[in-house]
Amino acid sequence: MNYDVAIIGAGVIGAFAARELSRYNIRTALIERCNDMAMGTSKANSAIVHAGFDAIPGTLKARFNVEGTALMPKVCKELSVPFKPIGSLVVAFSDEEMKTLEKLLERGNKNGVPGLEIYGREKLREVEPNISEEAVGALFAPTAGIVCPYELTIAATENAVVNGAEFIRNFEVAGIDYSGDTFTLRSADKEIKAKIVVNAAGVYADKIAAMAGDNSINIIPRKGEYVLCDKTSGSLAKHVVFQCPTPMGKGVLVTPTVDGNLLLGPTAKDIEDKENTVTTAQSLAEVLEKTKKSFPTINTRDIITSFAGLRAHEDSDDFIIGKSAANPKFINAAGIESPGLSAAPAIGAYIAGLVRDELGADAKPDFTPVREEPVRFRNMTNEQRKALIEKNPAYGRIICRCETVTEGEILDAIKAPAGARDVDGVKRRTRAGMGRCQGGFCGSKVVELLAKELGVEVNEITKFGGNSRILYERTK
Amino acid sequence: MLNYDIVVVGGGPAGMAAAIRARECGIDSILILERAECLGGILEQCIHTGFGLQYFGEELSGPEYADRFICRVNEMGIEYKTDTMVLDVTEDKKVYAINKTDGLLEIQAKSVILAMGCRERPRGALNIAGTRASGIMSAGTAQKYVNIDGYMPGKKIVILGSGDIGLIMARRMTLEGAKVECVCELMPYSSGLTRNIVQCLDDFGIPLKLSHTVIDIQGKDRVTGVTIAKVDENLKPIPGTEENIECDTLMLSVGLIPENELTKNAGISLDRVTSGAVVDEYRETDHKGIFACGNVLHVHDLVDFVTQESQIAGEGAANYVKGLKNEAKYITTKGVGAVRYIVPQKVNILNEGDVKLFFRVGSTFKNATVKVSYNGSELISRKRPRLAPGEMENVVIKNDMLKGFSEGGVIEITVEG
Repeated sequence: MNYDVAIIGAGVIGAFAARELSRYNIRTALIERCNDMAMGTSKANSAIVHAGFDAIPGTLKARFNVEGTALMPKVCKELSVPFKPIGSLVVAFSDEEMKTLEKLLERGNKNGVPGLEIYGREKLREVEPNISEEAVGALFAPTAGIVCPYELTIAATENAVVNGAEFIRNFEVAGIDYSGDTFTLRSADKEIKAKIVVNAAGVYADKIAAMAGDNSINIIPRKGEYVLCDKTSGSLAKHVVFQCPTPMGKGVLVTPTVDGNLLLGPTAKDIEDKENTVTTAQSLAEVLEKTKKSFPTINTRDIITSFAGLRAHEDSDDFIIGKSAANPKFINAAGIESPGLSAAPAIGAYIAGLVRDELGADAKPDFTPVREEPVRFRNMTNEQRKALIEKNPAYGRIICRCETVTEGEILDAIKAPAGARDVDGVKRRTRAGMGRCQGGFCGSKVVELLAKELGVEVNEITKFGGNSRILYERTK
Repeated sequence: MLNYDIVVVGGGPAGMAAAIRARECGIDSILILERAECLGGILEQCIHTGFGLQYFGEELSGPEYADRFICRVNEMGIEYKTDTMVLDVTEDKKVYAINKTDGLLEIQAKSVILAMGCRERPRGALNIAGTRASGIMSAGTAQKYVNIDGYMPGKKIVILGSGDIGLIMARRMTLEGAKVECVCELMPYSSGLTRNIVQCLDDFGIPLKLSHTVIDIQGKDRVTGVTIAKVDENLKPIPGTEENIECDTLMLSVGLIPENELTKNAGISLDRVTSGAVVDEYRETDHKGIFACGNVLHVHDLVDFVTQESQIAGEGAANYVKGLKNEAKYITTKGVGAVRYIVPQKVNILNEGDVKLFFRVGSTFKNATVKVSYNGSELISRKRPRLAPGEMENVVIKNDMLKGFSEGGVIEITVEG
């Protein structure tokens, strides 16, 4: 297949690049090695939109963070993704740490972060009532917020596809050739041709760049482990609560999620293996221990799951965004670690601009920035539910009890543009299986619906593509 | 808005027994709401035998046991709706439910019987380290795949937790041609029934590794192995005892949790130990006219006991609807020491019958004495050759004893030996 541009990697960066490119008359392919989008860093991170006081002034991180965070409310509205600007607090536990807050405030002002303010002990307790007695103050950032990173990635991809981009799954780029005007991307058994390539391959961005002759990038996967608590703990924290960075380390954050759970973490450990997302007992213990420093009343009985994600840390400690020195038609979006999620809308727009100028493409008159809001039965009033079931009885059958997800919503997720193809894909789109029973009750029903809708046998359905199938052959 | 005298939430063994008993007590207007495609609850996937020994005096499979009650429900013309999920039960006994044919149902009940059963504890709650590969599932989920759907969820299996479902599945998977490598149990004893350990593990040569847990799960796409380790008296893994076991499936049977979301939303008080409602001897919660029975109240070992308990609740609900319930003077019950909990948590001393108190111990005992006292003075002392956390015990408080109690008194049960 021939495209104007091929984006390698359907994480949040690739998805936003595709969405922004779909504004123009450009044939775009969004290529993903896995069975779904948001399968790497974009599905396992802190799920927060940073205000932008962390990054060193003058860096790409600082620029794109502040720009992206400013775009986030509008983009989330267009894509029907919940974004809650709950604000963030960096909490200090000593006078020395209060001095660090002053420095962060100053840095934030330089980066153009609006509304920063330092709270004393009383004000902090007033806005964050469960915070530790030991906390002496905090830096408040009103523009910080929370968003679901995979929901954002899925929504951006869907919007790109509706506007003409193609989403190609299970295509793992094994080699890249360049003929002088066209790239050929090779997988084990297929080829894709494109005039321009965007490298948004996350922890593999260095390998992909090297395939195109650019050896300037070196990505170290930095593992972060998280603990997720039940919705009954969701209101423990009211803001994104960071601990003040100290010479001893960065501490952990405690934040509600947009879905009302409580998220704790992450740890930070540089590793070699780009596939290593195992959780370890030590790290999980570390997360809980550090969480207690901020919120001593955390109830560990409310833990429902834990997970690990890999940050794509680049040696330069900054994002690498722009045309490769090795080939101007090869555009890198590499080293996208925190604040990558916050920066994604801005990075996507910037990359689309580069490609548009390179190709001299026109804007598409029929581009629609709006992604229709999916049905969310659990958020509806009984009147709305009544009307919905009358229109389509599939919304009258609850599949996931814990999260109140209906058959209709699961069918929608499968039928959506770039829809779900596996159990985890359904989970990320609908929350079926994400509640306190973790799919114990609904798992087999989701398998059944997937098999029926995709026209395959139930034992061909996987948890997340590849060899992750759930069932073997029929019983005797 | 529909109106019923009694709405029963859940059409498993508890809900059916409660509804049948209420009908026997003269209540005509009863509706059972069941989320699955048919009545019977979890029994439908329990195709092994061992059900009914206590209640029917014969050994039945799960579906056979359920069928006896389904037949009674049909013979008596008790109404039920399947494929129907209850979304909400309010304090004033309005029940909101949905299904594909009726859409959103709004039902005003005079009395509500909560019989939602329980769910299995998932992996996440244990925080086991390792990958998120496919092949990690609860024993009950595996049971559904094998017995209802007819597919094998794994071939080489390690089971964590020696709860009854795990033990049953060890045998079931073996009979279906899978290799069950071992069953690991964190505690120094099994929480399963002795007969299941003998018939499901010993008879098939499956090792039960007590004081062992899974500390790591390997495999990128599908599970390829787990690491197990012995634990010390504080249940912490002992370094140097790690053992890697190749397998494609980790099955979890690590406890059941009463499914009380509806109960909580209705504002009903729960017992921290049972995770079920606080009830009186008729299984009435602290909301007048709302009853709870079966595994949603506390996890039972045998369905026979669920049936018996639910009949009591059905009778209680019928009495409530008929306005028969007299004023109440309550005493409370309290488990002391090794007695983890007692159901019911309170007893009306104006009750005219005997009252059976069910309780569970927290560790194993041999040749123990169960002592029941009232306000500190001993009432009953009974020898028991063996007590185990996996086996529910009971003592009967005779009505003449009840008559001697006064409001606000406390019955305590302890175990010595």
